[in-house]
Amino acid sequence: MITIHHLPLAVRLDEIPVVSVEEAFACINQYLRVGQSRHVFHMVALPHTDGHRVITVLADDHTHSVSLTSCIVRTGNPVPSLTPSNAQMHIFERDLWERYGLEFTDHPWCKPVRFPVDSFHRKGIDDYPFFRLEGGESHEVGVGPIHAGVIEPGHFRFQCTGEDVVHLEIKLGYQHRDVEGELERARTLQRRSVLAESIAGDTTIGHAWAHAMAIEVLTEQQCDPITEHERVIALELERMAIHVGDLGALSLDVAWQLGSSYFGALRTPLINFFQLWCGNRFGKGLIRPGRNRFPLDEERRKAMRLMLAQFEKKFTLLANEMFSLPSVVARFEGTGVVTHDQVAAIGAVGMSARMSGLGRDIRRSHPHGSYRALDHVSVIEHGGDVLARAAVRRREVDASMRRIRIVLNELSEMSGSDAPTVPSTFTPNTLAISAVEAWRGEVVHVAVTDQDGQIQAYRIKDPSMHNWFALALAVRNNEISDFPICNKSFDLSYCGHDL
Amino acid sequence: MIALVVILVVALFFIGIVNRTKSLLGGRVGPGLFQHVHDVVRLFRKGAVISTTSSIVFRLAPTISFVAILMACTLIPFGTQPALLPFQYDVVAFAYLLALSRFVMILAALDTGSPFEGMGANREGIYGMLVEPAFFVVFGSLAILTGHTSFTELFSTLHVGSGGVSILISVLAVYVILQIAMIESSRLPIDDPKTHLELTMIHEVMILDHSGFDLGLIMVSSSMKFALFGLLLANFHLTPSAPLWLLLIIAFGVNIVFAMTVGAIESFRARNRMKRNPQFILTLTSVAVLIYFSVLILTNKLVL
Repeated sequence: MITIHHLPLAVRLDEIPVVSVEEAFACINQYLRVGQSRHVFHMVALPHTDGHRVITVLADDHTHSVSLTSCIVRTGNPVPSLTPSNAQMHIFERDLWERYGLEFTDHPWCKPVRFPVDSFHRKGIDDYPFFRLEGGESHEVGVGPIHAGVIEPGHFRFQCTGEDVVHLEIKLGYQHRDVEGELERARTLQRRSVLAESIAGDTTIGHAWAHAMAIEVLTEQQCDPITEHERVIALELERMAIHVGDLGALSLDVAWQLGSSYFGALRTPLINFFQLWCGNRFGKGLIRPGRNRFPLDEERRKAMRLMLAQFEKKFTLLANEMFSLPSVVARFEGTGVVTHDQVAAIGAVGMSARMSGLGRDIRRSHPHGSYRALDHVSVIEHGGDVLARAAVRRREVDASMRRIRIVLNELSEMSGSDAPTVPSTFTPNTLAISAVEAWRGEVVHVAVTDQDGQIQAYRIKDPSMHNWFALALAVRNNEISDFPICNKSFDLSYCGHDL
Repeated sequence: MIALVVILVVALFFIGIVNRTKSLLGGRVGPGLFQHVHDVVRLFRKGAVISTTSSIVFRLAPTISFVAILMACTLIPFGTQPALLPFQYDVVAFAYLLALSRFVMILAALDTGSPFEGMGANREGIYGMLVEPAFFVVFGSLAILTGHTSFTELFSTLHVGSGGVSILISVLAVYVILQIAMIESSRLPIDDPKTHLELTMIHEVMILDHSGFDLGLIMVSSSMKFALFGLLLANFHLTPSAPLWLLLIIAFGVNIVFAMTVGAIESFRARNRMKRNPQFILTLTSVAVLIYFSVLILTNKLVL
């Protein structure tokens, strides 16, 4: 196991130790046994002469380090599963099973993840093996794949007794576009950047930055501090915009009209500032490897300060109203509880972990760029219910606002240097990892180059990948009519999961 | 006769005022006052799509439901002007006509075989059943107070400020009837007419499969239901001594205030959690029981 103490990182493929399957799995188990400060970043399989080389990326929040280990899994040779001892591994192993046909002897829940067309298991999206509950008052409710609000497609199968949900199974994959494959096939930097921005539309900055960082370490480029600072502003602004929009959506779902209209209106100045800054309300086209295409000049900084001042006044007023209105709090409190132990077990990340007392936050645990100097303090709530998730959003909006102001002040005292030109070939035989704390949680990009310095594998982990399971746990023993607010309180990405 | 005309006129603008109040309080201009009338006219011109799994029950239900509401309208007087078809104990008939209208809609929802609609029908059935005691206790108390059992006779002797009716009873009765109207019309805090989430819907999910003329009829029924309760509330304020034009102004005024109240309630609060709804509805019954005891004391039937 090789341990590296900073992110983003680039490590030569032959530096990652190759051990036997048993040894690697024992090593991973031992690593994760330490506790909640450790979790899995990603599990990537690369084609190998005998089968697949499975590289596991593990993260330790306390020592701010990342550890890598790898093993060769031979084709047609079933290996023991890590899932029974570490539930958080289930999604990664299912992904490997689906993509490459790696067999696990004791995986308890080996079901398709996203139904890619080139899947090893060419099962149709229509015969997903759902769990079923039978007898007595039990009944089954299937929702989707077409969403009532015509957002993204996903199928939810509820096993209920009366009005209560016993079990929810979430079937995704309708949105699969093979973004990873496109990123591997793309030969120009521009195409890659545009693709990265489109991985999940609401996490444009998060994914664009993670991609830019991965490319920067592969080309050994360093961004100048101004660029890093501007990216912090963009990321925090995206966080604010989505959180405010989601508070509005939560209000809508509990039929609180005032909140739904005014939070919706408050989101507008935030995303309109992106429009002013880079010509796109979601921040597309802003971040490119090595540089930002649009500078945050003095005039725009002034506009931003003004916008934030006006926003803060209204937001504080409305948020205070929301969290003191009995009918709203009554709906939120105690609804959709996910306990601390549960979020730790399933490896939940970001907001979905912090709402239940698990302080998982890349900005603190594995800081990159300007975050290293910012001394980040995470917003943590302990309730684990919808109220806690709403409170995390509210407090993160405030925290992001403060951080943006600090960074704006620092920016006005800095002078720029020329942006580096990024070559289109990369360090050969290298694995690069970058992680960004986007608004949902950690976005991890893993890029692997071949001996010609071309990308041979590009793997993306959107925080939704872990966190969908938190939603399934949240609705257990809750009323089925509370599902919409539980769902909205997580607001997970379909396309980020389906890729 | 005049009551029926008033109900029909109120039904034209009631939902419009509710929606306008909500939009203004939400910082929007909102649709025109008669948008829902246009919607109904549009729906009336359209053909209906009918699921092949449904039977004649599904097709009949909106019509029966509409007729039941229309019949309920004929039982409501306008002040001292008698209703179209008054009879003894028509208060009971009124309650069960509304129940009939709900019952056939529940049947239609179950007829579609959709799990959502079954869920909605189940909820609507329970809340309809729970709200019944509140209605009967209120009007039973008023019947004891006045000694009459038909709306026409009841309201010919009963007004706010008329002898024997304390302000307390009127205020409580108005509150309970307002909440019953909200529940019967599937509004906040029991149901949310604006939601797009099938899993949380009650009334809306039951009519998901209806389209065209049938849907238009359902919309007309729900507007008339509101106007029906609006006129019931107005009747408390129609003093016999006033001239007809003043009575009309009072009746429309009460309905406009009622509509604005509904709009305001829906703007400033969130919806109940589904499990709390039965509790909420039973609270109405207990308020109604309060009216009952006040009446008993007033009529010296209960001596403290």
